[in-house]
Amino acid sequence: MVNHPIPSEVASRLQKAKAKHTALGGSLWSPFTLVLGVFIAIAMFFLAQRFIYGLGAVTNINNGYPWGIWVVWDVVIATGFACGGYAMALVVYILNKGEYHHLVRPALTASLFGYSLGGLSVLIDLGRYWNFWHILWPGYAQPGSVMFEVAACISLYIVVLWIEFSPTFLEHLRKRDLKGKLNKVMFVFIGLGVLLPTMHQSSLGSLLVVFGYQIHPLWQTPLLPLLFLLTAVCMGFAIVIVEATVAAVGFKRDIHEELPLLSKIGKIIMGILVAYLIIRIGDLIWRGAIFQVFTSGIKSVMFVIEMATFAYPVVVLSSPANRRRLSKLLAASLSMLTGAVLYRIDAFLVAYDTGPGWHYFPSAPEMLVTIGVIAIEVLAYIVFVRKFPILPGHSTTAAAE
Amino acid sequence: MTITRRNFLRAAAGGTAAAAACATLAPSPAEARDNKALPDNALGMLYDSTLCIGCKACMSGCKTANNLPPEDNVGEKLWDTPLELSGKTYTVIKIYQNGTMEHKDKAENGFAHIKRQCLHCVDPSCVSACPVSAMTKDAKTGVVGYNKDACIGCRYCVAACPFGVPQFQYDTPTPQIAKCQMCKHLLVDGKIPACAQQCPTGATIFGTYPQLSAEIDRRKAMKAGEPNLFPRRTPDSGDTHERAAAEYVDHVYGQKDAGGTQVRYLSGVPFDKLALPVGLPERAYAADSETLQHTLYGGLILPGVALAGLVAAAWHGSKDHHDDDDLHDDRHGGHNHG
Repeated sequence: MVNHPIPSEVASRLQKAKAKHTALGGSLWSPFTLVLGVFIAIAMFFLAQRFIYGLGAVTNINNGYPWGIWVVWDVVIATGFACGGYAMALVVYILNKGEYHHLVRPALTASLFGYSLGGLSVLIDLGRYWNFWHILWPGYAQPGSVMFEVAACISLYIVVLWIEFSPTFLEHLRKRDLKGKLNKVMFVFIGLGVLLPTMHQSSLGSLLVVFGYQIHPLWQTPLLPLLFLLTAVCMGFAIVIVEATVAAVGFKRDIHEELPLLSKIGKIIMGILVAYLIIRIGDLIWRGAIFQVFTSGIKSVMFVIEMATFAYPVVVLSSPANRRRLSKLLAASLSMLTGAVLYRIDAFLVAYDTGPGWHYFPSAPEMLVTIGVIAIEVLAYIVFVRKFPILPGHSTTAAAE
Repeated sequence: MTITRRNFLRAAAGGTAAAAACATLAPSPAEARDNKALPDNALGMLYDSTLCIGCKACMSGCKTANNLPPEDNVGEKLWDTPLELSGKTYTVIKIYQNGTMEHKDKAENGFAHIKRQCLHCVDPSCVSACPVSAMTKDAKTGVVGYNKDACIGCRYCVAACPFGVPQFQYDTPTPQIAKCQMCKHLLVDGKIPACAQQCPTGATIFGTYPQLSAEIDRRKAMKAGEPNLFPRRTPDSGDTHERAAAEYVDHVYGQKDAGGTQVRYLSGVPFDKLALPVGLPERAYAADSETLQHTLYGGLILPGVALAGLVAAAWHGSKDHHDDDDLHDDRHGGHNHG
């Protein structure tokens, strides 16, 4: 591994602070953040059109494909990407593997923005957004609806994420008493922070069960909730690896100390993916749908690509030598994420067929809004890691303890 | 690892959480929800494709009764020309055409009409899908209604409906879901749905579900080619016309399809030619979906057990690994970070 030199401003912070997490500091203005700002401005322009003229003025969604990328990417996939906090909490606090502890906070930060923006972008997509509160209001709320379950759990989880994250703010604001009190009850929120994503990430799959025959048999199964959950957890672990790499390159940080942990996470990803592939293929055989793998045209092609992107990380990560190399870990993680993204796009859009004559491909303005939402997320992450103690500081503190 | 009390508790808590998580995800058929039953005073409609002459009087009546704007899909702007259900159209007459189109109600070299509208499912997917009770099924009549004031515009109903009926309005900042509600605003005044009122041949008739079942049985018993009386508007209107009976396919659409519908179809050509989904299971998709949800979340029992396990595990876990660097000094010894 290349051992990046630690910039002086970071090094000085490391020496000052005993804390394991440090704010990176530095300027928020850079060509990259300016580009992000431009994308955000473009998205705002099209969003204004959407709210003045209606969804059809900006998107290509129609009554044959009423859900486009604003649902499938901005909510279904984006919250999957935001499962890093969930995955790390599961390992650190539930399975009690404390060694991963300092990876929790950066993962939590990405989850915070992923979910908060996922929740907000729902409002963009809702046709009658001014009524959004009905979904949690007694008298309107309809608990038999899978959508209700998803909405309730995501809303609650966003609140839980902010509570889980609040010690970082309190650290920044030097409110040690409050932070101490909050930490005494934090285990309740950690429990909720694992339960709620388990519920709604699986329910994102359950959403499709009521679609019945409209979802192709290669994807329609009562096991949808389990398959969505396994891939979401896996996305969480994969994003931790990607995030650590990007943070190391982007902020010129040393990733050497994190590597042994990342390789263990690679092993976890491999384990979950093996389970996923066995269940996925076993289910296809059990339902007799496996024969449609070769006879369903474009759906077959998408299915094969999707399965290949899930299989590749298993092959790569099965070698202990590969698991020690960041490049291989990264390649496997990116392939895994591609598979999970394709699985969601396939299940919600490619496998969905409501009758002849309907087509959907996102319009350019529709995609630019989604890109803008991603830009907001990335920008917020940059601001937070520069201003708040989030990333592991690699000080000597941990070793000295 | 030596078995200490703490290790034991930790393992027990982890085990509970894992077991609860597994239980949460393993659907058991024990609590399966059956299809919903037909309401006692169920209303319905019967569309007999063999009687339809494609005059579209029903479409015109529907637009007037429901105050819907015309739409132009052929560029003439002379008259209302919807090609499918839409945000402006609750019902539309479509045509099947084959070869020379010589024979009405024949699949080969023939043609046939089909009336698209809400089928008012006995166990509707849209009602099950709707998170805010904007889609409702009337407990007495079984009419599937829509309340725009409750609706959040999520379009789950549009996606879920196996017949592609609910239509969202994409061209307005204040969109609604457009769908036939069996003219429930006319029913309260003792009137019948506008399409049945307008139909000159009785292709569309309105009545109670049992009345229509009897009429369906009567028509299926007819001998093809022999003259028979067909009622207009309602089965018991007394306003009838005589006509040679057609040869029906052996499928009453909506009798059992997707759990049954209160609007049913008779036809001389197979229903897949009329662009309707065939081979639908008798079990409603809403029953599948709600069985899954009730199994996982019924009474919040499984989530409750899982949460208890997770909180216990997190309590044991967080004793060792505070996300709190400032408090290191206050903590008891015996911990380590990997």
